[in-house]
Amino acid sequence: MATEQAAENYTVEDLVALNPYNPDILNDLEKFVNEQVSSQTYNLDANLSLLRLYQFEPERMSIQIVARILIKALMAMPAPDFSLCLFLIPEHVIDLTNVSDVQHAVLLPSVFVATFFYVRSLNCFESILSSLVYTFVVANGGAIQDIDSSFSLPGGFEQAIQTYAIHLLSLTYQKVPRPVLAEAINIEGLALDKFLEYHAANSGWVIEKGGQSQVIVLPRNEFNHPELKKNTADSVPFEHVTRIFPVLS
Amino acid sequence: MAAPYDREDGLAPPPQQQQHAPDAYDPNYVPDSVKTFVVHLYRHIRDKNVYEIHQMYEGGFQRLSDRLFRDAPWPSAEAVAPYCDGDHVFLLLYRELWYRHAHARLSPLTAAHRAESWTNYCDLFGVVLHGVVNMQLPNQWLWDMVDEFVYQFQSFCQYRAKLKNKTEDELNQLKQFDKAWNVYGVLNYLQALVEKSMITQILEREKEGLEQFTATDGYDYEGGSNVLKVLGYYSMIGLLRIHCLLGDYHTGLKCLAPIDLNQQGVYTIVIGSHISTIYHYGFANLMMRRYVEATREFNKILLYILKYKQYHQKSPQYDQILKKNEQMYALLAICLSLCPQNKLIDENVSTQLKEKYNDKMTKMQRYDDEAYAAYDELFSYACPKFITPSPPVLDQPLTNYNQDAYRLQLKLFLYEVKQQQLLSGIRSYLRLYSTIAIGKLAQYMEVDEATLRSILMTYKHKMHAVDSDGKIVSSADFDFYIVEDIIHIVESKPTKSHGDYFLRQILKFEEMIGELEKVQLD
Repeated sequence: MATEQAAENYTVEDLVALNPYNPDILNDLEKFVNEQVSSQTYNLDANLSLLRLYQFEPERMSIQIVARILIKALMAMPAPDFSLCLFLIPEHVIDLTNVSDVQHAVLLPSVFVATFFYVRSLNCFESILSSLVYTFVVANGGAIQDIDSSFSLPGGFEQAIQTYAIHLLSLTYQKVPRPVLAEAINIEGLALDKFLEYHAANSGWVIEKGGQSQVIVLPRNEFNHPELKKNTADSVPFEHVTRIFPVLS
Repeated sequence: MAAPYDREDGLAPPPQQQQHAPDAYDPNYVPDSVKTFVVHLYRHIRDKNVYEIHQMYEGGFQRLSDRLFRDAPWPSAEAVAPYCDGDHVFLLLYRELWYRHAHARLSPLTAAHRAESWTNYCDLFGVVLHGVVNMQLPNQWLWDMVDEFVYQFQSFCQYRAKLKNKTEDELNQLKQFDKAWNVYGVLNYLQALVEKSMITQILEREKEGLEQFTATDGYDYEGGSNVLKVLGYYSMIGLLRIHCLLGDYHTGLKCLAPIDLNQQGVYTIVIGSHISTIYHYGFANLMMRRYVEATREFNKILLYILKYKQYHQKSPQYDQILKKNEQMYALLAICLSLCPQNKLIDENVSTQLKEKYNDKMTKMQRYDDEAYAAYDELFSYACPKFITPSPPVLDQPLTNYNQDAYRLQLKLFLYEVKQQQLLSGIRSYLRLYSTIAIGKLAQYMEVDEATLRSILMTYKHKMHAVDSDGKIVSSADFDFYIVEDIIHIVESKPTKSHGDYFLRQILKFEEMIGELEKVQLD
């Protein structure tokens, strides 16, 4: 009892940093996951601690919470958080045996959406992630409700996936045709125009006339402009040079 | 002091005990050589004579074990108590050696024994955490303590997960000792050692020159004790290891963060700790898809082992060193097959690698079914023994679930391999061109344009990971960018990395100069 009272005086971040191997904080961590969903924040360490505690006491695992953690992890891409979470979830919770066949991909419906992504990202002959959410949710409109009526996608999900799609586009393209961009972020028409205007003003995008449609010129970086990279090709990271400091002195 | 078992005639135990061969062990019988051993070891510890303690610990204990206790346990702690003034702390240390010997030589080990060892560790760490210890112990012993602690935990988890063939008696023992080796206790002891020793603050202050720790190899020359500090240091490595066994690689690496792997440190003093650190660090990075980092560290340690293993041939850790060496070559083969690198491997390491795994690596890079078998084999050989930390449920139909954790990690690893396979097709095509239109490439690959664009984006997604500082790092050996509808391929020329080369040679020459200076010419 005393431990629980003491726990309330610390923030969850404190608990995870100071006393992570403690079964009494499990409920606090679960509340924290729900907080992350409602306030659109994210904390990997706390979520990993919770998944660990579920490993230690499997009878206390909540599938809903696990699904929420997985989706938040997806929203953190390109960070590898989704894979990190999967390492901690026992096989019987997520069945990924028939990954090429989406219908049979999972046994427990409330993690369906999360594993759906993983399935899709494995099968690279499908569209990029963001458009998948929409094709699935839209085309199967009622499907999610049927599976688990209390389950809904966390707020900020669309934006997170769109941000990641744009990130990938800027690694790949110097100039991307408008239809390609539209498909990747699943925005069309007037909404897309507004979106482009916003980024032209704030992110350095330039809209040009291309071969068949509008073309968006993305900002230069070392990944879509390899000549920018040559400067770093033969450089040695500073930490490695520190190895010879004892010799130099 | 004249106890009934103090046999002055030095004769062997009475014949009737020898008839029941495995029960011939008399815990109260103390051979003379053991008496001498205990008396001397106790004295050296009291005198803080670290060198002598080390000699007895590494040499004396092993020799006596080989000679007198090949298959039997050492005399019980109660039996040797008279030879060390019944010193409580010394007996805890003695028991630690006793149970370590039992784990190594006696099988099968009962749950009761394992539980007793757990209690002993709790008592021993309890004493250390109270800060009342003023001994100085050799680093080798302190490392072995932490290493063995984690090993016995792992062994117990494996033991209790194999329920199928357990006897009634064994199951009852498991029920009786259900608190032993519980995962919370194990983790919290290691965490407590890290915190109480304030080792992270010590290492921080050392960077600013305010503290001496690494410079003295962790020993305390001001009359204090090195035990808590060094145990705290090694516990960080212990925590990394346990987190790897649980599949939590991110937290494991966080636990190791205070140790700077680019410098020599206390972790390099004892070769066992050096190897264990790099093995688990490399493995964690491999599972997190940071192949370049893993390759770099494996290369360094394998080179080190190549040079220095001859000096450890007589040591009791030699077999372990060789085993980890082989495992790390397997992991290196995996890293290089998933993420080919030209410039990171030393020539000597590369030769060894080709000798051992050339066939397998060719197979793995073909990305067909045989490749999966090769990846599976190498991973299974080289991976840590993953554990299921939760206690068994003892009333259901009994199964063996000790392989569950391993199967999960293997499965996730093979998914990663599969993703690479799906991308290998695009790689072979892109290698052939310097520029190509998307439409044309789509035709060659017999897919539509939209699909091809997704494949290209997926390639970028896979090849660009986020490293530990949050930066995007590319692990691709060749890259491309797209301008509207044309793909431009950029082959990264295999530039000779002079920087790395010079660094290595500088260190090598410095070593040689050091050795030459040691030579005395008359």
